Amino acid sequence: MIEISHLSKRYGALTAVDDVSFDVKAGEVLGFLGPNGAGKSTTMKMITGFLAPSSGTVRVCGHDVQAAPLAAKSCMGYLPEGAPSYGEMSVRAFLEFISDVRGLTGERRRSRLDDVIARLGLASVLEQVIETLSKGFRRRVGLAQALVHDPLVLILDEPTDGLDPNQKHEVRELISAMSKDKIIVISTHILEEVDAVCNRAIIIAQGRILADETPQALAKRAPSGKLEDVFRQITLGAKPAIKEAVNA
Amino acid sequence: MRSDSFRNVWILFRREFASYFATPLALVFIVIFLALAGLFTFFLGGFYERGQADLAPFFNYHPWLYLFLMPALSMRLWAEERKSGTIELLMTLPITPWQAVIGKYLAAWAVAGLALVLTFPVWITVNYLGDPDNGAILAGYIGSFLVAGGLLAIGACFSAATRNQVIAFIVTVVACFAFLLSGFALVLNAFQGWAPQPVIDAVASLSFLTHFGSIAKGVIDIRDLLYFATVIAVWLIATAIVLDMKKAD
Repeated sequence: MIEISHLSKRYGALTAVDDVSFDVKAGEVLGFLGPNGAGKSTTMKMITGFLAPSSGTVRVCGHDVQAAPLAAKSCMGYLPEGAPSYGEMSVRAFLEFISDVRGLTGERRRSRLDDVIARLGLASVLEQVIETLSKGFRRRVGLAQALVHDPLVLILDEPTDGLDPNQKHEVRELISAMSKDKIIVISTHILEEVDAVCNRAIIIAQGRILADETPQALAKRAPSGKLEDVFRQITLGAKPAIKEAVNA
Repeated sequence: MRSDSFRNVWILFRREFASYFATPLALVFIVIFLALAGLFTFFLGGFYERGQADLAPFFNYHPWLYLFLMPALSMRLWAEERKSGTIELLMTLPITPWQAVIGKYLAAWAVAGLALVLTFPVWITVNYLGDPDNGAILAGYIGSFLVAGGLLAIGACFSAATRNQVIAFIVTVVACFAFLLSGFALVLNAFQGWAPQPVIDAVASLSFLTHFGSIAKGVIDIRDLLYFATVIAVWLIATAIVLDMKKAD
């Protein structure tokens, strides 16, 4: 369970995230939608405890991320934007390092590593140095490190960015396969992805939540029934409204 | 909880130490250190000409070698994590920032320590040629290792402040230079005339060279050890604070 209440992040005069509240329950795959710079990544960084909120709280699996960061971080897997990893390490060494930090030992460590290596098709590149891998493989290594401890909560920042259509399809299958008992939050600006894997969509722009519904309900908002039109209608429509609010 | 902390520091240390050797950095560092240390000892230091069986000409040049070599070792510690974005990965793992700061710092210090250990042929040479005071030599090694540790702690802090390794290097060299020199007239003159005497004494006592000098003479005074421990602790605390403040950049 993720509980977010009145979360805000301000950088000086700029408000990146503005009083955002929502809960995510087990079994939900939440698609976090919004134009670039809408506050998606900033929100995810606060959920995972990388950034401290200016105000508001985030609780993950019942642990306050600010007050009990280690407990909260232990039950989360996180793929940061751009899937960063230590380029000079081999895939195997990197995944072993992550599983060590995650406290996996013995038989469980071995079986978890085997599982993520098989799931993400990394067996052929295990001994390769990460910086020599293609973008698609690097993204998969990033996903593997997020999954290695079989976390209850998965936060994936643009998990399919830079992948080719086949790889995108594979990652979506992977997310769908895991979604039954987990909480998954993915950010994206690819709308077809939301349709494909999410059972809930939140549209955020200028740091505020503008819509929070199932993708199907959301699509019905536009006469065309297309998510894309709804997205444009909501996010572009919001701008003048906010400008007015600032001027007033 | 306590044993967990040590475990995490150890895991982070191991990764960082290995990554020094995954790139040519550690190797280049060790080779250059050994070459320059030898050069300074035998040519500039007049090791043979002095006709004394000790390693004073060897240790005397260490702080000056370290002035450029330690910043090269420390500059990547955090700047690289920032640049590649792995800092976000690291800081969202179930570890405390402290464990990361200490584990990474110790890895850099271990590389420096390894380079220092590999100077053992100099020690064999002096024992072959004469009958040196090996206790004093051991003290010299300890002192040299502590100077390296102090400079690396300064470097870790400046590395945490930027994503650019070159900037980290240059700023660290300048800061280290100030710390090495603060016992010298060059720095003290800047304070003379306006600062009260206790301040001048305090600045003078900040110098690495003063403390290194007394250890290298063979006297390991608890105050000198305390000095280095304090310097390292203060700069590592500063590292943790800088990291926390500048996480978002």
